[in-house]
Amino acid sequence: MNERVWEILLDSFGKILLKGLEVTLPLTIASFAIAIVIGVVVALIQVANIKGLKQICRFYVWIIRGTPILVQLYVIFFGLPSIGIVIDPFPSALLVFGINTGAYASETIRAAIESIDKGQIEAGYCVGMTYTQIMARIVLPQALRVAFPSLFNILISLVKDTSLASSITLVEMIRQTQYVIARTYEAFWLYLEVGLIYLIFCTVLTKIQSYGEKKLSSYGGQ
Amino acid sequence: MSMLSIHNIKKSFGTTEVLKDVSINVSKGDVIAILGPSGSGKTTLLRCLNFLETADGGEMVFDGERFPFQNVSKKDIHRIRNKTAFVFQNYNLFQNKTALQNVTEGLIVARRMPKEQAEEIGKAMLDKVGLSDRYHHYPSQLSGGQQQRVGIARALATNPEIIYFDEPTSALDPELIGEVLDVMRQLANEGMTMLVVTHELGFAKNVSNHVIFMDSGVIVEENSSREFFEHPQEERTKAFISHIDRKS
Ligand SMILES: Nc1ncnc2c1ncn2[C@@H]1O[C@H](COP(=O)(O)OP(=O)(O)OP(=O)(O)O)[C@@H](O)[C@H]1O
Ligand SMILES: [Mg+2]
Repeated sequence: MNERVWEILLDSFGKILLKGLEVTLPLTIASFAIAIVIGVVVALIQVANIKGLKQICRFYVWIIRGTPILVQLYVIFFGLPSIGIVIDPFPSALLVFGINTGAYASETIRAAIESIDKGQIEAGYCVGMTYTQIMARIVLPQALRVAFPSLFNILISLVKDTSLASSITLVEMIRQTQYVIARTYEAFWLYLEVGLIYLIFCTVLTKIQSYGEKKLSSYGGQ
Repeated sequence: MSMLSIHNIKKSFGTTEVLKDVSINVSKGDVIAILGPSGSGKTTLLRCLNFLETADGGEMVFDGERFPFQNVSKKDIHRIRNKTAFVFQNYNLFQNKTALQNVTEGLIVARRMPKEQAEEIGKAMLDKVGLSDRYHHYPSQLSGGQQQRVGIARALATNPEIIYFDEPTSALDPELIGEVLDVMRQLANEGMTMLVVTHELGFAKNVSNHVIFMDSGVIVEENSSREFFEHPQEERTKAFISHIDRKS
């Protein structure tokens, strides 16, 4: 590694990191928020066994988990324009990652809901609560705690998966790196550099996860 | 006149008939103990009375109103549940709520009572079951006996006309049974109407005024508790009493 490479790395680090903060991170957080909303709704529909809607939810989970994200991105970004629907790269990515992650989150949340002892639901009925009240106040809060570690793992995967959005021309960290490579031809060092930035992001998230897990360990637990 | 009568309740799970034509009359202030061997249908009976299971036949007359089990509206189920309470073998406390919140939840959420008023009632109920120093503990921080007493306080808070107990002491260590039975005895003395599935013969003998003995989904024998224990009529009853007596 010579002085020139050092300079390129120092010069590009800020640029790539900036894309991380401006694009990768907002995309991840916004997609994850959408995913949690979808996940909770889809999980509740299945647990409540709502006829018709439940089949639609199963179909959704089946399609999303059975096809590559890359294909989903291509369908939305390159496919839809052929029927007259044109969506910009960022909203396309947001849509795909939200819907894709939502399918995985729903399975995690559903399993967590089903792990909560049914006796509490019956106790809720017996004090006069409705199914919706019981779900909202008793079951879901406990289920989301149970699901917290798995959901956080999904979030950490999502940070890295957003790099796929570079393939639909979104200028996030990878595409920014490729621009620098096109000018400097230092692919090896620059890809290592962007890898390092992803590693930093994920390390920070992991720290937040273990802090959160400690806080949430159990009701009444320290 | 009866406050609650059950006429010819029937319930099957698949091809297994669990309740075959059971009828019960409950008057205000009655403490009725339901005894019977494991699998005789006692839990199923209580669950049907609160619509946690749907009975296949029979009807319930509650405060003069008829409710055929197979044809009750959601609204009626809700109304009946608001007049009754249930104490579970495994307590079934809300794990994400403190003792006080467990007791007030049904008041604040189901009955839309203002929080301050609900908490006042909640604290009074916890005081009553001897848990004045445990308002803000979570279930995981309480012993089994304490958890069951929270369960009883939760049942009391909604001011029910009758409380169903399903083996309230069966999950408890022997040294914790007494504290729960004491609370139940106190309620009985205050005139609370109770239907209690139990294996505690002492409770059936000394606290309840009426005993029902069930086996294989039918009532084999029922009588005032004194008659029941002093002059059991049926062979199955005698065998059951001596069997339990020997165990304890
Ligand atoms: N949900 C269910 N599905 C199928 N069978 C059931 C179900 N619940 C209860 N049973 C059966 O019904 C019968 C009566 O059960 P129940 O729980 O009412 O008995 P119990 O008198 O309360 O017994 P125990 O003293 O052991 O609590 C048993 O044979 C049981 O296996
Ligand atoms: Mg039982």
